[in-house]
Amino acid sequence: MAVNRNFRTCPSTGLVYHEPAEKLIRWNAVAGVVSLLVGGVLALLVTLTRWPAVKLLPPDWFYLALTAHGLDMLVFWIIFFEIAVLYFAASTLLKCRLATPKVAWAAFWLMIVGALMNNFAVFKGDSSVMFTSYVPMGAHPLFYLGLILFAVGALIAVFVFFGTLVVGKAEKTYNGSVPLVTFGAITAAIIATFTIAAGAIILIPTFLWSVGLVSHIDSLMYRTVWWGFGHSSQQINVAAHVSVWYAIAAIVFGAKPMSEKVSRMAFVLYILFLQLASAHHLLADPGLTSNWKIFNTSYAMYLAVLASMVHGLTVPGAIEVAQREKGFNKGFFEWLRKAPWGNPCFSGMFISLVGFGFLGGISGVMMGTEQLNLIIHNTIYVPGHFHATVVVGTTLAFMALTYFLIPTLFRRELMFPGMAKWQPYVYGLGMCAFSVFMMGAGTLGVPRRHWDMAFSGAILPHEFPGTAYLMMGIMAVSGIAAVVGGAMYLLITVGSVFFGRKIETPGFKRVPVREGMAPPPAPVAVAPAGHGAIGLGGFVAPGTFVLAMIFLVSFVLYYFVNWKYLSTVWPMN
Amino acid sequence: MSQDPAQAAPADDDVGDEPVPMMQQLCDNPFLLLFLGVAMPTVLYIVWGVMEIVGIPISK
Ligand code: HEM
Ligand SMILES: [Cu+2]
Repeated sequence: MAVNRNFRTCPSTGLVYHEPAEKLIRWNAVAGVVSLLVGGVLALLVTLTRWPAVKLLPPDWFYLALTAHGLDMLVFWIIFFEIAVLYFAASTLLKCRLATPKVAWAAFWLMIVGALMNNFAVFKGDSSVMFTSYVPMGAHPLFYLGLILFAVGALIAVFVFFGTLVVGKAEKTYNGSVPLVTFGAITAAIIATFTIAAGAIILIPTFLWSVGLVSHIDSLMYRTVWWGFGHSSQQINVAAHVSVWYAIAAIVFGAKPMSEKVSRMAFVLYILFLQLASAHHLLADPGLTSNWKIFNTSYAMYLAVLASMVHGLTVPGAIEVAQREKGFNKGFFEWLRKAPWGNPCFSGMFISLVGFGFLGGISGVMMGTEQLNLIIHNTIYVPGHFHATVVVGTTLAFMALTYFLIPTLFRRELMFPGMAKWQPYVYGLGMCAFSVFMMGAGTLGVPRRHWDMAFSGAILPHEFPGTAYLMMGIMAVSGIAAVVGGAMYLLITVGSVFFGRKIETPGFKRVPVREGMAPPPAPVAVAPAGHGAIGLGGFVAPGTFVLAMIFLVSFVLYYFVNWKYLSTVWPMN
Repeated sequence: MSQDPAQAAPADDDVGDEPVPMMQQLCDNPFLLLFLGVAMPTVLYIVWGVMEIVGIPISK
């Protein structure tokens, strides 16, 4: 079988694309964006229903839309795009041909069929079991089968990624260690392997149960294994969007990580510990011991949180160093003030980083503490937290990367550049406000996944304070702003990819690339030496240091306030 | 493209004589990392968790 070894070099970035890989990256990214479109329409419907003054959908439609929104966004949009990122990180960044493109196409089509099947089951109306599909609530068999097919496809794609690493090594397209961004992608792929395996372990018996071949699925067992899938898949996202941050810092600023070694160790901490934090979803479940809960959420989770803080520090630190070396060396923050805020690739990435850290990170550590978890369990605080992580963090980072990919990967000029400048602000800031007000309402006890927070007609009604209603209203308005930002993104990307002006390169042709051509790796400096006269008072990145201190103080204060709050929920003397 | 022998991949031994540090060896081996990254949560989260659930006495 002839192996396609045709590559093209992007004239503006110098990146090298393997012909079949390029096509696969494009198609996976497009499939992701289509899912985002469907999920976005549903987001609007769900948001308008949770707005107490509007209550758009009737209850059955609300739960249907909520189910489809969660799956189309968190499973289909994110994972399709992640597969694109994995292929890019292995093939393009290693200048390597993609292993087995045919198998990669089979994976792609399995994922498409799975996604369609799952959506079909949900929209048919008898599978409104929400994202978590907890048994004994049952969905249509196609719901589970669709998810299983999608997961199998994704797992095959992950194996193609690992295969590509092997090809690169064997054909010596790189020497020494893989680049940091590829290392981050390896982290994501490793976590994905566990995630998908856990999903299969629980969804296959559940599918058999839905067709009557298995008589009973224990609900606690389901929840435990399911969260090995449900939570770990969020950690694929974290590893992937952190890699995207590093990539964008390098693309926009030519920034090099402050210490490759430290960044890699942080990824290793992810590999070892991040997935254990799945246990935070079971903190309120009886039946599992505190030993298991506390080991998995505290000891393990804090090591993973440490790793996130390392990334959250070294990415802006690297940008700061790069900017100071370019001469923006005045005071603490000239480097940040003079950053290219009009470039959506940068602004999106930076809002993603700050929003993920301050909103998602701090709230996540609070919720992951066994005692504090009880304050907010099953309230709308929870979606507040994860919209800060998977939307502000992951989705916005992927959007920012798209602005870079459109010219280099799709070879189209960006349409509506003026709108693109604003898009990350409308979407990112809208989503930040949305998350904050969800968390606020959740702290007052407003439930998540609830069609009617007033419980009208219930035997035991509950009166929420007026503030709770106000916060739900502001939440909805900010959510609508974010939907507008999402629509801007869709308009720009779909417009550019299908109708944008083609970037023509005179004399363009694909070249077959021979094996074994990689130059030896450049020696890596042991310490970030030679920054010359940049920085303040002995720090090369004092601004980042100040940001980190602000972060720590907010963190400690917020954590403390919640313990205080807990003591008023259950007065103890 | 003509192949310049000086450009050809260097033999592994001229990259340097220093022994590769252990952590770097670990990081350069994606399959070892894959094994660790799957084994840790399987044992500490799934197996341990499932054993606890199985150990819950059933009411009669
Ligand atoms: C403009 C953007 C978005 C808006 C306005 C929005 C709004 C909402 C709202 C109002 C809920 C219902 C909360 C509840 O009642 O419990 C929700 C749930 C959810 N959203 Fe979003 N969302 C957006 C984007 C996203 C994205 C990009 C993702 C994933 C990457 C996502 C993942 C989820 C998930 C997983 C749920 C929970 C579903 C469940 O409870 O089963 N959302 N969203
Ligand atoms: Cu989680």
